[in-house]
Amino acid sequence: MEAMLHITTLHYLVLGAALFLLGVIGVLTRRNVVIVLMSIELILNAVNLNLVAFSRYWQGMPGHLGGPGALHGQVFAIFVITDAAAEAAVGLGILIAFFRNKETVNVDEVNLLKW
Amino acid sequence: MNPPVATPFFFYLLATTMIVGGILVITRKNAVHSALALITTLLAQAALYLMLYAPFVAGVQIILYAGGIMVLFLFVIMLISIERAAKERQFNKQWLVGIAAAAALGGLFIAIYTTTTKGKTLFPEGQVSYGESQNTQAIAALLFDRVHGTYMFAFEIASLLLLVAIIGAVVMAKKRI
Amino acid sequence: MHELIDYIQSYLKSNLTPGAAGNIFWATVYILLVFVGLSIAVIAMNWLERKILAHMQVRLGPMRVGPHGLLQPIADAIKLLLKEDIIPAEADKFVFWIAPFIVVLAAFTVFVVVPFGPTHAITDMNIGILFMLGVSSLSVLGIVTAGWASNSHYPLIGALRSSAQMVSYEVAMGLAVVSVIMMTSLQTGTGTLSMIGIVQAQQTSGEWFIFKFFPLGLIGFFIFAIAMVAETNRAPFDLPEAESELTAGFHTEYSGFRWSLFFLAEYSAMIAVSSIAVTLWLGGWLRPFPNLLHGSTWDLVFSLVPGLTFLFFAAICFFNVVRMPKHPLFKIQTMGLAGFGAVLGLIGLVMFVPGVRDRVGDIFWFAAKVAGFMYLYIWYRGTFPRYRFDQLMKMGWKVLLPMGLALLILTAVVAMRADLWDQLRGVGHP
Repeated sequence: MEAMLHITTLHYLVLGAALFLLGVIGVLTRRNVVIVLMSIELILNAVNLNLVAFSRYWQGMPGHLGGPGALHGQVFAIFVITDAAAEAAVGLGILIAFFRNKETVNVDEVNLLKW
Repeated sequence: MNPPVATPFFFYLLATTMIVGGILVITRKNAVHSALALITTLLAQAALYLMLYAPFVAGVQIILYAGGIMVLFLFVIMLISIERAAKERQFNKQWLVGIAAAAALGGLFIAIYTTTTKGKTLFPEGQVSYGESQNTQAIAALLFDRVHGTYMFAFEIASLLLLVAIIGAVVMAKKRI
Repeated sequence: MHELIDYIQSYLKSNLTPGAAGNIFWATVYILLVFVGLSIAVIAMNWLERKILAHMQVRLGPMRVGPHGLLQPIADAIKLLLKEDIIPAEADKFVFWIAPFIVVLAAFTVFVVVPFGPTHAITDMNIGILFMLGVSSLSVLGIVTAGWASNSHYPLIGALRSSAQMVSYEVAMGLAVVSVIMMTSLQTGTGTLSMIGIVQAQQTSGEWFIFKFFPLGLIGFFIFAIAMVAETNRAPFDLPEAESELTAGFHTEYSGFRWSLFFLAEYSAMIAVSSIAVTLWLGGWLRPFPNLLHGSTWDLVFSLVPGLTFLFFAAICFFNVVRMPKHPLFKIQTMGLAGFGAVLGLIGLVMFVPGVRDRVGDIFWFAAKVAGFMYLYIWYRGTFPRYRFDQLMKMGWKVLLPMGLALLILTAVVAMRADLWDQLRGVGHP
């Protein structure tokens, strides 16, 4: 109980792992491309949570890697968000092109090499 | 700076919101419901960033994810018709394999945890520093400063990536260029 | 009990916002005050918009309920609350139900960081302006879900238009804001995103950012002032709810209480973006002419303005009391108007008390500047014809966005050699 009530880095890591697993299940099992893309966003967010939690952890550590200026995790999280924006734009662009040609949004119907 | 207020309560509240939101994202039939659940998850995560003393990342999360990317998602969901999609099978044929793979991954996480913690505490708490009042300035120094700017080049590459993504999206989505 | 009173009183001695002092009691008080003030402002706006618009079109506007229609908003509110709350049969019930709340929550949450004075803000965040822009952009989610959940054609088209419009204009808005954030770094070397910090930067720099690097500050303000009208879906950019094309746009299917939530959210979003513009370019709570008319005499003169304004409104009320028809049927209305005038006059007199005068001055100047923007909103609605949607998009992406980018680069170049720029204009650093 004591360990439950004192929030440490590990709690955030467990939460991140759970979100990551949810995202993986979504990517592997859903048919709708939009929801597959959203599951990828879940995975990226799980990673971000880990990065920011580790950044917090290093801020409390001594040494040249730690200290109050150890914000590398947060900077990485910002890069990941940038990447997510690019991925969403391109992914949704492909989705619209795909929908225009095939009138469907299901991943398992994208098995033709040519139409 | 003030000490944090009721941290365990808020952590478990936000964590529960995030997990429930994540489950809803991958189980809802209707893509709009999934998107709304994902937005809830993202906002709860922004609040968790605030609890981790990372206000700038929280702000970026709100403005870019919840205000930008998710609006794009909703826009596309409304553009493509989904009446038919809601009546169809929601999961593909390999769902059993997928869940098994995810379960294996989860098992791997647990295995790593149990083998590494034998009796010792992982990530001991260091001395607490509340760096939030200068957080934005410190991140800006890491990104742009001439002396401390470790990530200046990476930042420029990120802007190039965004440019490529914009052009790619336009090329892909436009009927005739 | 004694500790509690100490806890409450300790804040009054400190010179901090409730958020910075960590005082939960005063934070709650401030939140309630902002909420009540905002509701009153929305009610007043409802009446003023109809009156001013009517006078612009040479009509009288509401005249029946109360003297000069002063009680019309209350009558409207009662009507809306008593109306049947219809949920369309084919609508997505949960999303339909939750959409107005998303919009209202987004519109109210931004006021957490609005600085009504150096200590008169609920809290001061390190990411203040980013938080405001981010949370106010969440309201588009409510609008989109409202349009989609209605399961009807007009609302869906309204929602699509609204999302496209708001996302496009957010870009230009953000660029204009970034140019201001660059200006905050001139005096101290490090910029700030905090709302209070931005106003303090204008105080130390001695001029409002609208006049900084003339005309760059003015261009930034101009871009923001256009983008904020589009962002709040107001005329001439009210495409998402264009009556002649889409009936009522995204809230066509809404009625009664839920519709009134959309109404409330629209007006509080207008006040929110106006307060961003006031904080960023017009010096927030600072009084006009900070460096032209300074000294203790001018300070005294400007500190009398709030009280005089209220006395002026009271005088208008009494003037209209005299002009009221002398028929016995108008007796109650005349008495009501006189009472309203008396209340306004009393508030004005209280504002002359030295202790009160020093504390309300900044709130008054902030509110007065925001009120100016509110009048502009009404004026636009009375003057400009509605844009076509392709014109709107063209303006956002092909005019405002390049202008914003050019402004950003120019501001960066000029800010690097701010001293040279001031020499060029013949303005020496103090």
